[in-house]
Amino acid sequence: MPVADFGDAGGVSTETLTSAAELRAFLNGLPGVDRVGAEERAARLASRSIKTTAKAAAIDLAISMVDLTTLEGADTAGKVRALCAKAARPDPSDPSVPRVAAVCVYPDMVETAVAAVAGTPVKVASVATAFPSGRAPLAAKLADTEAAVAAGAAEIDMVIDRGAFLAGDLMKVHDEIVATKEACGDAHLKVILETGELATYDNVRRASWLAMRAGADFIKTSTGKVAPAATLPVTLVMLEAVRDYRAATGRRVGVKPAGGIRTTKDAIKYLVLVNETAGPDWLTPDMFRLGASSVLNDLLMQRRKLATGVYSGPDYFTLD
Amino acid sequence: MPKQQPKPHAKEPVRLPVRKTYKLFIGGAFPRSESGRTYQVNDADGTFLANAAKASRKDARDAVAAARKAFGGWSGRTPYNRGQILYRIAEMLEGRHAQFTAELRATGLPKSAASAEVDAAIDRWVWYAGWADKLAAVLGSANPVAGPFFNFSTPEPTGVVAVIAPDSPLLGLVSVVAPVIVSGNTAVVVAAPSAPLPAVTLAEVLATSDLPAGVVNILTGDRAELAPWLASHMDVNAIDLAGAGGGDVAALEEAAAGNLKRVLRPGDGDWTGDPGTARMTAFLETKTVWHPVGV
Repeated sequence: MPVADFGDAGGVSTETLTSAAELRAFLNGLPGVDRVGAEERAARLASRSIKTTAKAAAIDLAISMVDLTTLEGADTAGKVRALCAKAARPDPSDPSVPRVAAVCVYPDMVETAVAAVAGTPVKVASVATAFPSGRAPLAAKLADTEAAVAAGAAEIDMVIDRGAFLAGDLMKVHDEIVATKEACGDAHLKVILETGELATYDNVRRASWLAMRAGADFIKTSTGKVAPAATLPVTLVMLEAVRDYRAATGRRVGVKPAGGIRTTKDAIKYLVLVNETAGPDWLTPDMFRLGASSVLNDLLMQRRKLATGVYSGPDYFTLD
Repeated sequence: MPKQQPKPHAKEPVRLPVRKTYKLFIGGAFPRSESGRTYQVNDADGTFLANAAKASRKDARDAVAAARKAFGGWSGRTPYNRGQILYRIAEMLEGRHAQFTAELRATGLPKSAASAEVDAAIDRWVWYAGWADKLAAVLGSANPVAGPFFNFSTPEPTGVVAVIAPDSPLLGLVSVVAPVIVSGNTAVVVAAPSAPLPAVTLAEVLATSDLPAGVVNILTGDRAELAPWLASHMDVNAIDLAGAGGGDVAALEEAAAGNLKRVLRPGDGDWTGDPGTARMTAFLETKTVWHPVGV
């Protein structure tokens, strides 16, 4: 695949003050995405057959990349603690199962989650900035972020202002990401593009570059509250963006598809996509995450099938 | 010399036979086998009848998942409603009488015997349908206990039942499927490999009656290949070994012990006699409730 020319992106660091005109010119100057080509390539890669030992390795890798998520209005402290226990020991009957990467909760549940995962390497991620719509004044979004960081969140999942992005107010989106990044302090910042609302792959590519230039540590597809959530072609476009961004600047940005990933087969398709697009450097929980909750039980069921040779059932794993 | 008259049918094109390749019945849909395999089904004379799908273990897994998904809704329906749906299926079976008769004749039965067996199969289905709203009355009980409690027991469906159907292609099949689902269980059926077409036709009947998707899933293919996967499957609650080969039964029972499945052993293979309630009670649990009274 020919590497596109990304102009002067190499000269732009996250520290540089970006002018609105320069940002607009750069993002509009990005090459368009070949929609048919992207969908075809994602479908082609999704048809790879991953079996036996490779499948076992892929399942363990996928488990270690899961951001175990509960983002419901009905979340209780008890549910969050149960989720954290599952994150630390996904299958209590089998200590060889790896831990998941993080739990992802609403800001008011961060304190509960931090206490529950204390002593384990599981991180606590919090959504912030008026998730999922992002429709709040900047001051409220920043207060939301600061509260989550103060409560101990190691990772912040922010949403971009899709309305401003679609209206062409790119600078507003950029500045909000920069301000949120500042409010995060040491916490990692994941920027949710909500690709289901961006309408085109070209917009996904522009939003990816916009977020990366504004300082995102991760770019994330979706909130999980909008259909369609993560899809393979969208993730392909984002993986190409992080690959090209590294080629241009040397900085590596992670990718997190979220929502709609329910089966082991889905998860393995994403791993293939990562390996073939961004490269094996991204095949670590530091650079790639799967935002999901139901997929974990399927991964555990498949893992047990490989270990015992008989099909397992949902009765043998916790509900969440 | 008189002008030769053309024979009336000489100009008509020869009609090509429509060769059929049947599919599986999983979750209310008719998918091909995940493996892409099929096998040839011949009639008693060895003449080609149709291709049938040869299910793989992954089709069995998908069928179990579909049956599990359907269990809550099916077991939650009122027994009266389940009975109505089973009666509806009997009506649809009656409408396909000629097709079933033709399929049985292809297995070598004379016309009268084939027709009689279809009659018997439909009657068997109706007989089981009638049990839907009577099971609780016959099998449940109010139990006298030494305390101020109203104590009663009711029959509850076991869950997902794997059914290894016997060689009797229609009467045997109906006699093992109906008793499983009438009480609210859902079924994964492995059809008789030698004569799968009546099972495929039954699937078409079930798909166009009011039976919810996934309550009955029908796999065609090799019994010896599929049965061990169903017997060992941890999400299957019971297995009916009616059609299992004599030599395989012990191994299947052993595999079924992995999650303490209920196991129904093969009978004598005669499906014409009075069925009795044994096949229904084999897949029922008893729930007993203690309710305080008079306090």
